[in-house]
Amino acid sequence: MLNAVYQLKAARQFEVVFKELEMDGKHVIVRPTHLSICHADQRYYQGTRPEAVLRAKLPMALIHEGIGKVVCDPTGTYQVGEEVVMIPNHPCEKDDVIAENYLRSSKFCGSSKDGFMQEYVALLPDRIVRLPKGIDKVTAAFTEIVTVSYHAVSRFLRFSHARRDVIGVWGDGNLGYITSLLIKKMLPEAKVYVFGVNRQKLSDFSFADETFEVSRIPADLQVNHAFECVGGSASGKAIDQIIDCIVPEGTIAILGVSEDPVPIRTRMVLEKGLHIFGSSRSGRADYEGLMRLYRENPDIVSYLENIVGTQKRVHNIRDIVEAFETDIHKMIGKTVLIWNE
Amino acid sequence: MEKTNIFGVVLAGGIGSRMGNVEKPKQFMEIGGKPIIVHTVEKFVINAQFEKIIVLSPRQWIRYTRDIMEKYIAMKDRIDVIEGGATRNETIMNAIRHIEEQYGLDEETIIVTHDSVRPFVTHRILEDNIRLARAAGACDTVIPASDTIVESADHARITNIPERSKMYQGQTPQSFRAKKLRDAYESLTQEEKNILTDACKILILKGEDVRLAEGEVFNIKITYPHDLRVAESLLGGEKTC
Repeated sequence: MLNAVYQLKAARQFEVVFKELEMDGKHVIVRPTHLSICHADQRYYQGTRPEAVLRAKLPMALIHEGIGKVVCDPTGTYQVGEEVVMIPNHPCEKDDVIAENYLRSSKFCGSSKDGFMQEYVALLPDRIVRLPKGIDKVTAAFTEIVTVSYHAVSRFLRFSHARRDVIGVWGDGNLGYITSLLIKKMLPEAKVYVFGVNRQKLSDFSFADETFEVSRIPADLQVNHAFECVGGSASGKAIDQIIDCIVPEGTIAILGVSEDPVPIRTRMVLEKGLHIFGSSRSGRADYEGLMRLYRENPDIVSYLENIVGTQKRVHNIRDIVEAFETDIHKMIGKTVLIWNE
Repeated sequence: MEKTNIFGVVLAGGIGSRMGNVEKPKQFMEIGGKPIIVHTVEKFVINAQFEKIIVLSPRQWIRYTRDIMEKYIAMKDRIDVIEGGATRNETIMNAIRHIEEQYGLDEETIIVTHDSVRPFVTHRILEDNIRLARAAGACDTVIPASDTIVESADHARITNIPERSKMYQGQTPQSFRAKKLRDAYESLTQEEKNILTDACKILILKGEDVRLAEGEVFNIKITYPHDLRVAESLLGGEKTC
């Protein structure tokens, strides 16, 4: 079948192409209904990735956060009309030690293969997870970024020591909001402190035990462990502050993406005996775990509803461009495309 | 498949006399390694809203059409290939008759009629057609006219240049409440029937409401050899799975 694929051809320029979508009996066909824009999409859209990267990857359909409805499933795993979340990570091999999202051979929608801005998306049955019944679809659109936080917190539970009285989260954006919310739910005994630059944004973190402006951190403040959710050029400063505030043998989870190398004060990392680990993307187990967490804690989704920003109905390429442009100027919140193209 | 009372009607009645020296009707020409009509029918087959897809073919090409449907389309039991009529509207009437005989026809039965040589129709266009036909009884897929339309009654002089902002170019699908369309068609005189090339006009003549569904510039009709080149250029390389 000829499938319309909405590719980014060059910075700020989309075009539609048609690709043959093989009805091979192995793939489930999903009609995307709600898509959400991520910073990674914006870096391609605005052309801020290095020139060589853009040259190698474009043209490519963007978006790796999205949900849809099953249109056709020759494998019989799903019913037509079921609402599902699409997993963008597509492993090409199985490894008993390395998680699917860290295998160098894995493909990722909107990075190493076309993203979800398509008329239909063909996925293997294990790249789809059923959504809880009645979930708000606009919020569910950005399930992927929530699984990234879930994945990082799950890894943190494996890597960190058990003294988890206070956990600090640096970053007052979407990732900081989601990660601190999940920590609060997955570690209800721990106090969650959130650190950010913007007082107004920090006031949205109503579930946090404390919030601090990074320019006014009390001298005696300590955290047992920390999550860096800042990324970009500011991540160096954030990690520096974390190293100051963290108690010895603490664990630092790095989630923020930076295009450039970030200097780290290794002397203090060594002196405090810190553990630093990176976390990126997620796999099927994280989606399944998150869906369980949603069912057990329905209030998570209502907290997530608070970070829904612009909702844009998309009928054509002009609407796609408007959605991306609007997303650039947002202060916080996820831009969701109600996909009708 | 569920009884939805919505039918896809793929019109492959023509024998493609405008296609130059090619031997087969234009709907059987290949783009991206498959006959055009297969691409078109696939868009209907995958959409569960359609109870059945009726493909209307010239009599001498029915066997061939069935064979290629069988060869390329896994869900071939969703497709009925039947004979078209002498004109476009007679072809649509054949489809309605077939639906009535095989699946039953009532006031709510919707048909989404589509040119077999428009393989770039999208899910959105089909869904909009179904929604509008249900709500208003009929709709026509259009795009705003990009060129100025010039009318000439004698094919020599301009008789009118309509305001372009009010002009649209008709595409397909055209979708209808099937019974209402047939009743309107049957009430026409033979002379009226002979001059009507467009199904929507049947309802317009009867003063019925026909809504506009938003088409796409790329929803092209592959009519001339040039269109085949345009169609190939819309294909974007490797497969999506």
